Amino acid sequence: MKVVTAFGAMILRVCEEFGRFFVLLGRTMLWAVRPPYDFPEIFKQMVRVGVDSIPVVFLTGLFTGMVIALQTFKGFARFHAESFVGSVVSLSVLRELAPVLAALMVTGRVGSAMAAELGTMRVTEQIDALVAFATEPIQYLIVPRVAAATVMLPLLVVMADAVGIGGGYLVAVDIMGGNPVAYLHNSFQFLQLNDMTSGLIKAACFGLIFSLIGCQKGYYTEGGAEGVGISTTRAVVAGSLSILLADFFLTKILF
Amino acid sequence: MIRLEGISKSFGNNVVLDHLDLEIADGEALVLVGPSGTGKSVLLKHIIGLLAPDDGTVWIGGTDLWSLSPHELNQFRRKFGMSFQEGALFDSMTVFDNIAFPLRRQTKKNPEEIRARVEECLDVVHLSGVESKKPAELSGGMRRRVGFARAITLEPEILLFDEPTTGLDPVMTDVVDSTILEMQKRLKCTSVTITHNMDSARKIGDRVAMIFRGRIVAIAPPDEFIRSTNPLVRQFVEGKAEGPLTDEESGPGGKEGEEP
Repeated sequence: MKVVTAFGAMILRVCEEFGRFFVLLGRTMLWAVRPPYDFPEIFKQMVRVGVDSIPVVFLTGLFTGMVIALQTFKGFARFHAESFVGSVVSLSVLRELAPVLAALMVTGRVGSAMAAELGTMRVTEQIDALVAFATEPIQYLIVPRVAAATVMLPLLVVMADAVGIGGGYLVAVDIMGGNPVAYLHNSFQFLQLNDMTSGLIKAACFGLIFSLIGCQKGYYTEGGAEGVGISTTRAVVAGSLSILLADFFLTKILF
Repeated sequence: MIRLEGISKSFGNNVVLDHLDLEIADGEALVLVGPSGTGKSVLLKHIIGLLAPDDGTVWIGGTDLWSLSPHELNQFRRKFGMSFQEGALFDSMTVFDNIAFPLRRQTKKNPEEIRARVEECLDVVHLSGVESKKPAELSGGMRRRVGFARAITLEPEILLFDEPTTGLDPVMTDVVDSTILEMQKRLKCTSVTITHNMDSARKIGDRVAMIFRGRIVAIAPPDEFIRSTNPLVRQFVEGKAEGPLTDEESGPGGKEGEEP
């Protein structure tokens, strides 16, 4: 009986969080279009989400491209199709791996920080203080963060795309001794613009999702330092899972 | 005038305020005392409209707070200045930016006027040379006083202090109390202060109200309050562990009918 109760409570909680997400999404959209626009704050958040994430996303992109090249080169060599490694690397990085892996890394880096920051503000009454000084916390805290993440994640993914293809070249040509001309030719031969744009649309959606979940968990934090810890963990777990979930449905719609 | 009529508030199954009535005259300094967890902070947050009552009406000078639209309520909050527990300063900003925050958000003052007003407010709380520091670099007493300075920047009509002296040493407590007293005199505003300290209550209050189990159980001028024969007040004033405050079964709002 206890198991059933616990399971029911868990389902209720998930539904509640899911509902909260969409309510907050609606309110954030509403406040985003209302003046005043806080450009300095948006810029500050863009630096935190985007510029500060460059090393992490760079390395993620590089090694992803490298490892795919390594894996496929060995496989394709069995039927003498090494020259198509470039196509596999560029297609998989652009369409799938760069957006998803970059989003997961940035969720861990920035989504958690958003939850911790807003959570601390909640438990130390700083959010109440904002309201007391007639400032809407959604407009002041959440809108700049969500806007910055939605804009910056696609830009990070553009970088990861380029670095990933470069990493693939490095492994296939310089380490495995593949033909450089054939590699480059095949990298771009079978690409369409849609492969790039769909990856970037995905990235923008992931940016929106992880930042809003990070802010949501932080904004609704309850109960002291422990509460902030729980919110931070949940921001990363729920953020990452939602990205993977959304990835499937977005891929289904976009391709 | 602040008038609370039949305010009730619950969080889940926990009834925090139970049909509470309270009236505070213009210019009065009311002190709220009571054991921890009896809803003092919750009451304060109802006065400024940070929490909505489940039942009852909050009247601030003839205005029903919750008949206002969210935007009007936001504007209405300019009448209030609130100092939070531990200060609740924005820790990503310097002291100057903290105090300037309400001015920048709600007035069209130019940077020079803002600087002048911030200095004026810091002067009221007797602080200087801390403008460029971050809240984390300040002592507890200084943080509270910066919180006061931030609360008075917009010249509020009503000042709310949530435990301004909790956790401070006796000397700093007296300094903070004196600052509150001075602010009340200079701004001629209504104030509501939460404290656990009877000396503070005596010093800054025109009246002292005791809240217990979500209701006001005693309200009187400080000297009269201290002499009260109400057993709840007696236990609180004398600071005893045993008595009706700590007795689970008794007191107003207690679980009548469950008594043996």
